[in-house]
Amino acid sequence: MTTPEPPHRAPDGVSPPADHADKARTTLQRIADLRAWLFLAFLILAFEVWSRVSFGGTFLFNPFNIQSIAIFAVAPLLLATGQTFVIISGGIDLSMGFIMGLAAVVAAHVINWATPGMGLPLAVLFGALVAIAVAAVPGMVNGLLVSRLKVPPFIGTLGMFGVARGVAFLLAGGTTVPVQNSFFAALGNGRFFGVPWIVIVTAVFVLLMHYLLSQTRFGQHNYAIGANVQAASRAGIDIKRHLLRLYILSGVCAGLAGFLYAARFSAGAAQAGEPLLLDSVAAVVIGGASLFGGSGTILGTVAGAFVIAVIQYGLVFINVAPFWQFISVGIVIIISVLIDQAQRRFSGGRQSE
Amino acid sequence: MTPLLEVRHLSKAFGPVQALSDLSMKVHAGEVVALAGDNGAGKTTLIKAISGVYRPTSGEVLLRGEPVQFNSPQEAREKGIETIYQDLALADNLTIGANIFLGREPMRRAMGFLPVLDRRKMAQAAKATMALLDFHVNRLDAPVSNFSGGQRQAVAIGRAVYWNAQILIMDEPTAALGVPEQRKVISLIHQLKAQGRGVIFISHNLQDIFAVSDRIVVLRRGVQAGERRIAETSHDEVVKLMIGG
Repeated sequence: MTTPEPPHRAPDGVSPPADHADKARTTLQRIADLRAWLFLAFLILAFEVWSRVSFGGTFLFNPFNIQSIAIFAVAPLLLATGQTFVIISGGIDLSMGFIMGLAAVVAAHVINWATPGMGLPLAVLFGALVAIAVAAVPGMVNGLLVSRLKVPPFIGTLGMFGVARGVAFLLAGGTTVPVQNSFFAALGNGRFFGVPWIVIVTAVFVLLMHYLLSQTRFGQHNYAIGANVQAASRAGIDIKRHLLRLYILSGVCAGLAGFLYAARFSAGAAQAGEPLLLDSVAAVVIGGASLFGGSGTILGTVAGAFVIAVIQYGLVFINVAPFWQFISVGIVIIISVLIDQAQRRFSGGRQSE
Repeated sequence: MTPLLEVRHLSKAFGPVQALSDLSMKVHAGEVVALAGDNGAGKTTLIKAISGVYRPTSGEVLLRGEPVQFNSPQEAREKGIETIYQDLALADNLTIGANIFLGREPMRRAMGFLPVLDRRKMAQAAKATMALLDFHVNRLDAPVSNFSGGQRQAVAIGRAVYWNAQILIMDEPTAALGVPEQRKVISLIHQLKAQGRGVIFISHNLQDIFAVSDRIVVLRRGVQAGERRIAETSHDEVVKLMIGG
């Protein structure tokens, strides 16, 4: 056996003195991370100024406007919350919109069926549970396709988009399903100290999801998988189990959105989530996530969803033709992605390898 | 003295292809053993058989004199054998601490009831572990993508050290690095050695091998072409063993 050598020291100057150069970079990164909130502040300011100049009234300080925007944002935000998890993992869930419609139709049918036997509130609770459980099924199928059968998420969830759509329309008989339950209508349109109940439910759920993503192992593993599946797998993370849970979670988010939609309109409609799917992806991207996976936050997505809601509501409020919404949301998405790319280039480009 | 790791008459065949035949080697505590050989010589097959990726066709692996069999890399890791790949080992978007604890994150209870990730513990462990490797990092909240290639290699080694790996298998740890960074990794290997760990070091770079190893095992077409003490051999001799001159 050889004699051990004394520990060898590296020659001077080998340890790269990168520390303070990095600090300036991080400050800029932090600003870029907050860009969705800056966008939101800028938009609100712009509408406020417009509103004062042209009608002499306020935009922001009118509680009716705030409530309307919040109600407007409920469904896209819930879809975007699930989508945030999926996009961070490096996937995408295209089926969420129709899973939401399916859940809305199921909730409507179940509540109508259960109301005579169970009474008003219990039937609503039962309807919520069934709708969310049903929404978890296509989510689970998505998860099995992506994790076990290695189907690319774009294709697997596109297939489920069609399946959920068809099933929802079949269940609805091609029309909307009205609900006869006054408790349900009160939940959908009632307020608690001026705050709509559906906004409260959404806020609590989104907070819970923020906790799940930022403070738990599930969330941490989600980021790791999005950045480097091989590293995550080598570290002993069960990728298949994680992806299965992930897509079930995304289905559940869509299910809750469908249930709250049915409550708001006292009716289930298969096409409830159809226009919201791309808004949900847009909210996630505006919120700072990368479609390549590995980055994004729930708080960013909240800002992203409100950016879209404020644009849509604000343009109606100031009497601009509604088609400008599409143009403005589109421009915001493009600017967001440009900022994201600039930030990557700035932070050394190693992330984009 | 019982070697930390011993491989006895190990063979591995993939169908008709004999990737490795009748290979024996030893690694003692505090020793760096280099594995050298041309592409396809069987170096990778050997380390995969040791680290639990492959089951050997015949032969055995002994850890501190005890025969062991691993069904997965996780099992090998639990026994203190850690493999460090030149890349692909880190999640770039997470901090050093989060990478060290990836898959085994510590939790604490916020406000007495809510389980949350214990980021402070991860950061402290990161700082202490990296200091042990003579890497003094202050930016414990930055993702590892902000660090240089050598620092990232150090994080991967730090993870193995934190989880108390006794045998580190390093597959081309310097291949993707610049010259100063290569020297830093070489000095890391010296420190692992000084801490009494065993290192198996695979490299194409003879300079690195001579800078850090105690012994060199040369493979050629799946068989051992020779074993030399670094102090008693030369570049020329090793090259001859590798190409069979």
